[in-house]
Amino acid sequence: MKLRILFFVLSLAVAAPAGAALNVLACEPEWGALTRELAGDRAKVYEASTALQDVHHIQARPSLIAAARRADLVVCTGAELEIGWLPLLTSESGNARIQPNAPGYFEAARYVNLIEIPKRLDRREGDVHPMGNPHIQTDPRNVAKVAKALAERLQKIDPANAAWYQQRYQAFDQRWQQAIARWQSEGAPLKGLKIVVHHEAFDYLFRWLGVDQVGTLEPLPGVEPTISHMSQLLEAQKTNPAKLVVRASFNDPRASQWFAARAGIPAVMLPFSVGGDKVSTDLFSWYDDMLSILLKAAGK
Amino acid sequence: MQRPVAMLVAAALACTVPVAARADTRDEIAQIRQQIEQMKQDYEARIDALEKRLAAAEAEGDKAQQEASQAQSAANSAAQQQRANAFNPAVSLVLQGHYANLSQDPNTYRIGGFIPSGQDVGPDKRGLSLAESELFFKANADPYFSGTLIASLAPDGGVDVENGYLETLALSHGWTLKAGRFFSKIGYLNEQHQHAWDFIDAPLPYRAFLGGQLGDDGVQAKWIAPTDLLVELGGEAGRGRNFPASDRNKNGASLGTLFGHVGGDFGVENSWRAGISYLETSPDDRTYEDGVTNAFTGHSRLWIADAVWKWAPNGDPTRRNFKLQGEYFHRRESGTLTYDTTGIALPGDYGSNQSGWYAQAVYQFMPRWRVGARYDRLSPGSVTIGQVDSGALTAADFPILQSYAPTLQTAMIDYSPSEFSLLRLQFARDKSRPDAPDDQIFLQYILSLGAHPAHTW
Repeated sequence: MKLRILFFVLSLAVAAPAGAALNVLACEPEWGALTRELAGDRAKVYEASTALQDVHHIQARPSLIAAARRADLVVCTGAELEIGWLPLLTSESGNARIQPNAPGYFEAARYVNLIEIPKRLDRREGDVHPMGNPHIQTDPRNVAKVAKALAERLQKIDPANAAWYQQRYQAFDQRWQQAIARWQSEGAPLKGLKIVVHHEAFDYLFRWLGVDQVGTLEPLPGVEPTISHMSQLLEAQKTNPAKLVVRASFNDPRASQWFAARAGIPAVMLPFSVGGDKVSTDLFSWYDDMLSILLKAAGK
Repeated sequence: MQRPVAMLVAAALACTVPVAARADTRDEIAQIRQQIEQMKQDYEARIDALEKRLAAAEAEGDKAQQEASQAQSAANSAAQQQRANAFNPAVSLVLQGHYANLSQDPNTYRIGGFIPSGQDVGPDKRGLSLAESELFFKANADPYFSGTLIASLAPDGGVDVENGYLETLALSHGWTLKAGRFFSKIGYLNEQHQHAWDFIDAPLPYRAFLGGQLGDDGVQAKWIAPTDLLVELGGEAGRGRNFPASDRNKNGASLGTLFGHVGGDFGVENSWRAGISYLETSPDDRTYEDGVTNAFTGHSRLWIADAVWKWAPNGDPTRRNFKLQGEYFHRRESGTLTYDTTGIALPGDYGSNQSGWYAQAVYQFMPRWRVGARYDRLSPGSVTIGQVDSGALTAADFPILQSYAPTLQTAMIDYSPSEFSLLRLQFARDKSRPDAPDDQIFLQYILSLGAHPAHTW
């Protein structure tokens, strides 16, 4: 009897009014920023993680379950990047709109070509991503592809505002393509620059810019740097010297500082996403910032 | 490259042969020389052109290869994405083992002052032993339901279905229904699997009031409010196959729960959750051993209040994080306690009003390393036994129920080389028994293999 009364009371509360703006849960800040570019004030965006957090290890905390419950759309990277927490959010949410088979479930990685797909799947190789490197947001051409797909998705789930999304997408794409051309010419001096990275976080960026990544501080993906591995890298510096050691905003700075001091090269932090440092407030300023940090550190 | 080489040889032959054959006049020789020179230049030009074409072809090949590999990677990722939807359930396996050094014989374990929960709630064997291995299967049945089976493989043989349930996928408005055998959502720790706990064993109140962990056969309905704050309300109805219920031969449910949790964030660095849960059951002939076999029939009502707070710098728990959790239990039982069911079978009124709590803190002070401490305490409250009040029997006839406040102090340090493996060292002073404190040392390993685990918060 008690249960029946409870459920009756609860079902009264179910008829909650639908808000005017689209509720979007973005797993990462870059997709939150992209959604804001495309939807403007027609979407209320909640970001599950920040650029200072290791997105592999976000916890399915209560506020995220509440956000998933309300969401009309979740915008995530996919490619199993969020495998430790996103499945919990969708299953706990009681929200059919954002289940993986629903239009409200958007995985950015489906719209770009992933690189570094492992030939062999064995956890002995570290925290390998079976579907390839998921950090796709660091190539602006990927962002352009995702923007196109996301704009289509927004139009699909919110047809009343389809023209709005289309118009904003076209404006964004135009600015973005111009920016890509600008970044490409600004970044030209970085071609061939040899660097060491902490984690394989910017492989797409460096591939696009032609930067030569000669080593990673992590002995295996997702495994904290060890002194012995970094000593080997220092040895390799003698024959194939890197000019720079790069870490992402969520990495512990100590490893790259240790390496930089011994190799006599600068250590720099690159914002991993929008919000990774004070300057990166949207997608454009984030890329501007990454390029200026690299150019400055490389002395170009 | 072979063709240009062959041409060079031909050119060389062309140089030597005519010279040997006709060397009549100087004019002729000069002419021939000129011709040869011409031929040489011709061939060099041709070879040059061929080399250029070859280089171009190679570059073209590279580009084609690049494009092919891109297409391949696209195809691969498409194939991978399809594989994620393959029909086989995701399988994962949790392996555990430990070494236990106990100053008291684990066979004498009991919690003084509390009706035993009739399950293995004390420490396992002494020495080295394999603990239960758990095999997880999970997949979506169709767009409407997902299914989960968790089989527990006992170290000395035998398979136990720890969990086996369906869960709805397509309900909306925050509703989720579950049916089958599952861990109840009451409290905080109850729903988590033992391998995800921060200590090797359950806190004392869980052992005394829930027989370790409440997992019943039944149905669960849960609703999440459309609010910024997490508000989760729900209830369960079950057959009551285990303590504090007793498996009954009846059509209706004999165990019911209600639970409500709220949770949210304070800024980026702090997250919290708090809740209230209620469990009501009507055990019938719930027996326990206390020299003789006694049985309780009546009503059992349990309240649980739980709270958890987690902190991490910048909200990123990978380097450092802190977790504080505590739960308070209060139980009232009333009914009939029958003394010595197989002998004199003397019934009497029974009533108890008991409580207990635990609090624990776990701090990850550097990547991979965590330390933790826990304090558990049970309060015997008041227990009335009809046979003792009437003078038919004495308190000494119910040795376990003699008033006592058990405590357990625990400290641990654990090391996780990766998120898939963990080694833990735990020390405890267990005063569950009234007269004999048990000093315990455990060394434990936990491995998780296969599909990536997703742990509840």
